[in-house]
Amino acid sequence: MSAVLRVEGVTYTYGGAAAPSLRDVSLRVAPGEFVVVAGLSACGKSTLLRAASGLVPHFHGGTFAGRVVVGGLDTREHGPGDLSAVAGSLFQDPETQIVLGTVRNELAFPLENRGAPPAAVARGVEEVALALGIEALLDRSTSELSGGELQRVALGAALAGRPRLVLLDEPTSQLDPVAGDELVWLLRRLNEEWGTAVVLAEHRLERCLAHADRVVVLAGGAVVCDAPPREFLSWAGERAPALQTPGARLFARAGLRPPPAGVKEARATLRAHGLLDEEAGPPPLAPTAAAVERPSVADRARARLRRDDTPPAALGCRGLWVEMPGGRAVLRAVDLRVEAGERVALMGRNGAGKSTLLRHLGGLQRPTRGRVEAAGRVALLLQNPNDYLLHERVADEAPAEALAAVGLAALGDRHPRDLSGGERQRLALAIVMGGDPPAAVCLDEPTRGMDRAAKGDLADRLRALAASGVAVLVATHDAEFAAAFAQRVVLLADGRPIADGPIADVLTGGWYFATETARIVGALTPEEGAERIRRRLTMEVTP
Amino acid sequence: MRFRRRASPLHAARASAGGAYCAALAACALALQHPLLLGAVIVAVTGAGIAAGARDELATAAKFSLPLGLLVALVNPLVVRDGLTVFFRLGEIPPFGQVDLTVEALVYGLVLGARVVAVALCCALFVAAVDPDETLRLFRRVSFRSALTAALAVRLMPVLARDSRRMADAAACRPDSGRGSAPGRVAVLRAVATSALDRAVDVAATLEVRGYGARTAVRPAAEPWSRHDVAFAASAVVLVALAAGAAVAGIGTFAAYPALRAPVGPGEAGLAVLIVAVALAPFADRRGIER
Repeated sequence: MSAVLRVEGVTYTYGGAAAPSLRDVSLRVAPGEFVVVAGLSACGKSTLLRAASGLVPHFHGGTFAGRVVVGGLDTREHGPGDLSAVAGSLFQDPETQIVLGTVRNELAFPLENRGAPPAAVARGVEEVALALGIEALLDRSTSELSGGELQRVALGAALAGRPRLVLLDEPTSQLDPVAGDELVWLLRRLNEEWGTAVVLAEHRLERCLAHADRVVVLAGGAVVCDAPPREFLSWAGERAPALQTPGARLFARAGLRPPPAGVKEARATLRAHGLLDEEAGPPPLAPTAAAVERPSVADRARARLRRDDTPPAALGCRGLWVEMPGGRAVLRAVDLRVEAGERVALMGRNGAGKSTLLRHLGGLQRPTRGRVEAAGRVALLLQNPNDYLLHERVADEAPAEALAAVGLAALGDRHPRDLSGGERQRLALAIVMGGDPPAAVCLDEPTRGMDRAAKGDLADRLRALAASGVAVLVATHDAEFAAAFAQRVVLLADGRPIADGPIADVLTGGWYFATETARIVGALTPEEGAERIRRRLTMEVTP
Repeated sequence: MRFRRRASPLHAARASAGGAYCAALAACALALQHPLLLGAVIVAVTGAGIAAGARDELATAAKFSLPLGLLVALVNPLVVRDGLTVFFRLGEIPPFGQVDLTVEALVYGLVLGARVVAVALCCALFVAAVDPDETLRLFRRVSFRSALTAALAVRLMPVLARDSRRMADAAACRPDSGRGSAPGRVAVLRAVATSALDRAVDVAATLEVRGYGARTAVRPAAEPWSRHDVAFAASAVVLVALAAGAAVAGIGTFAAYPALRAPVGPGEAGLAVLIVAVALAPFADRRGIER
């Protein structure tokens, strides 16, 4: 069977770059294959996808050697415009992938560019809108869509011409877990029902490995592994632990083989060995939910009297109520108290009010009702670290001691925009932490687009910060990251806390707000899960 | 101010018909000087805006164009020496010399100001009710690259506007660390301008992978005309014909200098009524306007 994508000995260097981004890369993707491209940040994943879409070298320039053939078209002779008929592309940022004003026009745009007659354009738009479940959005303005909707529309535009291959560069990095999972399921449907070959670059491998036929790992621009998911996980266990999924780490620590590609596979293996405690069922949700029920007026009065004796919190709010100009309430009487040195994860779906709460705690906005209390300055780090970069040199952005604290002292003369994603995040943290030491630090979705190693580094820094007495509050969708750094989780829904308790209680009891290990064995981390499995093994051996 | 799809006959019309309609109203405002007829054009475009659900957009346009129109009305008597009816003598003002304010110059200034407001309202109606994507598609047939450059610019503006809002928030989060204090608007603006290049590259890359620059020629669409397409195109043609016919027949003549002459007879009154009626007639048929 002829390959839909053939990469032969490609070495590519961006114009002005000192080192190549791709080194002698060769791979083949067969029609209908689902290939995941993995690797740490800056390993060449995006460049490989851009080479397959023709943007490298036609759009980016640079030095290109080797050959890329997409659907029979050689990228040396055909540019991205020609290749778009064979390969649809989707990148990270939904905002820059929308060109026209309405969804219908956006979906029609690629078809019109290919010279399709009006009837074919209309049919193509209808088909792709139905396939992706966005028919209700067709006449909506693209400026009114949420990030998830925008990404879906961009995927629709990439698929409108029914390409044989779809190339996706971390398409879920800007999405919340629900929207991200939905996107991956859509890809699986496309792959299974229409035979579209999928090449997906992704950091959160646990989200997509169960759907993949193969995993291609890049390191330093070269292919270091090209294998089915289970073999890849075995390889990662020995050679690249940062790429292991939590499920694979759980199995490795429990001494089980083979590593599972997903939750279903892991549970099946454990069930087969009699190691799955299915009779116990999931831990109850009620205790944590009950803990945040609104107290009565009398209870609140008593609590107020008691509070006079208790020391002030590092950061908190009482009865915080926030309404939008249109009247919609975003936060509804939120009470929160974060002690000095405490590490708290703030979780909830998109629109639950997490960012709004952080913006009010950070003093960026004034509430409609209620008040914010802080024992000192509150450092607030918003979602995009690039927004903080205003100067020409790293050293001009933050004081030297703050740069040293985040490990950037040696990069003072670099331009901030030349730093990697993880380094920019650390620089933004140094910017907000600079000056007087803060009593609390609030971070809004700091792990977007980060690889596992960078997340681990950030978790270490947050723990060190808390150890120095600073209260840490982080809004995140990433249950694995929350498990890595937090002691306590506050779960928001519809503008009010619905759960507030120790992380082991909150993140092991749900379907959605749960780590992968919790969904497999009901334990928070792979280490705890492995311990649980070992105990069960011991029980079986010595009844 | 931006296009928002609404259930109105003007929104339901194709961009070429809607654009022609707005252009015809603007042409009437530019061609007709008689205050009664100019007033009729303003009533017509305001009525069209309300019927199209673009009341807020027209109000915004009026808010910005009224001061400009007023400025024109006030400046004209200062710079024009014509007119016989002096209502105020400012005396010798170097370098203008003797400056006398005349009623004729003031009235002509008001006519010019009203024209500015009328044209601004026509533009606001166009922006609010005519699909920009379809308009770009029309121009693409004339100049493909220019139309896509325009699309890129149009798309980039809201992206940069959102970037600047986020950057201003981020700047507000910076502590005063004694290094020149928190950055000002200029620093934020400079950062937005710097990031504009990156953003433009991202949008341009999207255009490329969506088939921009493909070697296939773009065929013109040949969709059947709807009743609203026909109504607004016909209205545009009749409006232009009325303005041209009035000029040929000498109806609605207006002269400001040396003395005001703006006769109001049955011809002018009838023409004013016709302009409003012809402009608003396409809105009477509200079938098939939901989309």
